[in-house]
Amino acid sequence: MEWEIVIGIETHAQLKTESKIFSGASTNYGGEPNAQACLVSLAYPGVLPVLNEEAVNCAIRFGLAVDAKIAEQSIFARKNYFYPDLPKGYQISQFELPVVGEGSLTIPVGDEDKSIRILRAHLEEDAGKSVHGIEEGKSGIDLNRAGTPLLEIVTEPDMSSAEEAVAYAKKLHELVQWIGICDGNMQEGNFRCDVNVSVKKKGDKKLGTRREIKNLNSFKFIKQAVDYEVNWQIERLEDGGKINQSTILFDPDSGETREMRSKEEANDYRYFPDPDLLPLVISQEKINTIKSKMYELPSQMKSRLVKEFSLSGYDADGITSNIAVANYFTELLTYKVSAKLASNWILTNLFSRLNESNLDIENCPLKASKLAKLILRIEDKTISNNAAKKVFDEIWDQDKSVDDVIEKLGLKQISNVSEIEDILNQVLKENGAMVEEYKSGKDKAFNALIGQVMKASKGKANPGQVSQLLKEKLSN
Amino acid sequence: MINLSLKELSDSLKEKKFSSVELTQFFLDRLDLYNSSINAFISFDKDKSLAMARNADAMIQEGRQNYLTGIPIAQKDIFCAEGWKTSCGSRMLDNFIAPYDATVISKFNEVGAVNLGKTNMDEFAMGSSNETSFYGNVKNPWDIKAVPGGSSGGSAAAVAGMLAPAATATDTGGSIRQPASLCGLTGLKPTYGLVSRYGMIAFASSLDQAGPMCHTAEDCAAMLNVMTGHDPKDSTSVQREKENYLKGIHDPIKGLKIGIPKEFFSEGLEPEIEKIIEQGIDEYKKLGAEIVEISLPNNHLSIPVYYVIAPAEASSNLSRYDGVRYGYRTKEYDDLMDMYCKTREEGFGNEVKRRIMIGTYVLSAGYYDAYYLKAQKIRRLISEDFKKAFEKCDVILGPSAPSVAFPIGDKKEDPLKMYMQDVYTISTNLAGLPGLSMPAGLMNNLPVGMQLIGNYFSEAKLLNIANIFQTNTDWHNLSPKGFE
Repeated sequence: MEWEIVIGIETHAQLKTESKIFSGASTNYGGEPNAQACLVSLAYPGVLPVLNEEAVNCAIRFGLAVDAKIAEQSIFARKNYFYPDLPKGYQISQFELPVVGEGSLTIPVGDEDKSIRILRAHLEEDAGKSVHGIEEGKSGIDLNRAGTPLLEIVTEPDMSSAEEAVAYAKKLHELVQWIGICDGNMQEGNFRCDVNVSVKKKGDKKLGTRREIKNLNSFKFIKQAVDYEVNWQIERLEDGGKINQSTILFDPDSGETREMRSKEEANDYRYFPDPDLLPLVISQEKINTIKSKMYELPSQMKSRLVKEFSLSGYDADGITSNIAVANYFTELLTYKVSAKLASNWILTNLFSRLNESNLDIENCPLKASKLAKLILRIEDKTISNNAAKKVFDEIWDQDKSVDDVIEKLGLKQISNVSEIEDILNQVLKENGAMVEEYKSGKDKAFNALIGQVMKASKGKANPGQVSQLLKEKLSN
Repeated sequence: MINLSLKELSDSLKEKKFSSVELTQFFLDRLDLYNSSINAFISFDKDKSLAMARNADAMIQEGRQNYLTGIPIAQKDIFCAEGWKTSCGSRMLDNFIAPYDATVISKFNEVGAVNLGKTNMDEFAMGSSNETSFYGNVKNPWDIKAVPGGSSGGSAAAVAGMLAPAATATDTGGSIRQPASLCGLTGLKPTYGLVSRYGMIAFASSLDQAGPMCHTAEDCAAMLNVMTGHDPKDSTSVQREKENYLKGIHDPIKGLKIGIPKEFFSEGLEPEIEKIIEQGIDEYKKLGAEIVEISLPNNHLSIPVYYVIAPAEASSNLSRYDGVRYGYRTKEYDDLMDMYCKTREEGFGNEVKRRIMIGTYVLSAGYYDAYYLKAQKIRRLISEDFKKAFEKCDVILGPSAPSVAFPIGDKKEDPLKMYMQDVYTISTNLAGLPGLSMPAGLMNNLPVGMQLIGNYFSEAKLLNIANIFQTNTDWHNLSPKGFE
């Protein structure tokens, strides 16, 4: 039997604000337990929440980036349940009227683009965490994270494979960092996905029963968890079993999913509007102000790069894969280097070097200004592309100037015709056999001869010129 | 010192007839003498109060005296005061020492008022008789076999028994006006949002509002001058210019249109109380007011609506008392769930548990629309009634409570009977309007309160109207026997 996979994703993106969503406590990660738990975080008697405007601005930026409607008025609601890391006994979230309405995000699927519908995005506060094993038989509570602002981004069930789920998660991850609302640090848990998976018989209109895989914090885990879950569901159905709606956890060690609680055990959250907070009213004026301060989005930049500089779609994707890369690229262009060369250098040499050194582009030791200088030396034919790679290695993390290195390594290209002719004549004289081969129709010999010339010039001859001169000589 | 108004106390302090330390000591001595008989205070701290009094004396010495500088004020135990036990009348917070000041407390501290102690109250402000307090019921100074009303019964008894010149109180459904009525005091519940709720332990957030409880409208005005003001820590606190409520307090009221809601004079009201209120209306006629009949057709729905909305909010507000971070935690437990259950079972009293259960029920899946949502719709209708009424009149007048102080134990086992105590006060909370109760007569030697309800932010007008009544009558000057 053929099965179709249906996936929807809810992502919790931690918003990059200085202070918590409803209090002035810091949102820094990794402090001493409870060092960032103020009276509001601790839910002391009598304290009240006050909305952090910066969190709202982040939500608006996101709404604009996915082309969604920003609600003129949205409501904060209380989601009630008891848990030790939830100090108030309720989480302040948004339920019926979220701040961001329907939008969409385009993801690459193979060579095609696919639009994933965003159902909504709402603001809420994070919970704290329980810490086990500090004292025998006791659990500790760390409320540093309690009250950290989150944007929960919910899609329609528009993805139909683990690959698409990962592509969506990556694209969203890239976008929230691009627009500066989330650090995207998945290890620290500030970008986590709940993935809803169901399967149905091919062609069925009705969706199958879904199971929700909670809290996946790496793309690899999303792939593994969805693959495992899809197989599990299909096998169960093919064995005549039933899927029960439930919440499940993925265990990265075993690579398996297991049930956390079934629908019957699910909490009745008793949502109701939080009487401590007024409805969140957002004016068109405010939206316009935020819009005017937003940069070009990755999708917009990608189209521009293809159109304006004839970059390939693939390269343009690479350059717009994150804001830091895009910024590096944009900075290179300010030195009037060719966009194609700039893109090539970033996507090949720079990326592989960063990879080897285990560095992000933010920490790249080679400044864009210096790389631009190097690229310009290729463009003005001072050095060949190959020679440039040698220079690149020298200047990568050292305080050397491009021109000094070229000089020192003697990499300056020979573009003087008579100089090249001298070398060429010498090579032809020494390689009579090859010349004969070429003349008898073996084209390969031509490249071999060029190779010999380049070797004799220690790589400094301008390959284009060599090729042209050689052609002239041999046709005589 | 017991018969002096806040103004007279203030003037005496200024003229150095006595110091704040002397005044504070005087009331602390009265507290020693009388508190055991009426149980008005849950806690007091003489050293702290006297230190505040010394500080106030220094302020006066330095010429930095405000109206309330150096005057001891009893604070309802619902307000967090740094370093003071703040129990909210509950076992759950019996061991809770507040680590911060409520905005109301800070405001009194800023002007140099002295915190005399924390007054008894119904547990988490849930009750109309002060019988739900973990610290035992408060007794009414007018009849120590009778209740003082609630939930601000401790504040009412403290002021009525002259254990404090004035007190703070809070009102969610009548908790200032009903005890003021039963104890012969003037109490004002301001417009929702006028006084900050920060640091005031929440019962029902959309209804809770703090206000003063004093002998006279003029004293209330002086207290309100301190208590109001926008607070960035409370999102529901209104941004509006601070008023001086004493300014127009003596303005003539000639031509004032007083609306009498016929629904307030129907079944359930003691006939003798009705007579007293009618005498009050006649007094206002004499003073030049015009009387118009009005209707509040949905008033009969206010109790059912209130007992959906207030418990709903309370069930959520009280979730934080889980034994994890502060307050009461049960001694022995097997696991987390056991700890939660036992802590809340032992830490909360029956009325609180009843309301948590009602609130949880009306918010649960399948019942939300029928109860909570419906109640919110009717709440809007109740507000509309007032809006229409205020097109015809400037102020609404009626009784504050359907009865005078009733015997302790009388309604304790019958919550529905108890809830009827707030039949005339609840609708103003639902609409967010200001309401004032003042003494208007005696029935069986027990005080009867008369209520004035004003439009939004008409506190100055209400206090003015009440003050004119008090300038021409003597009911507010009566005091219970045995507390001289």
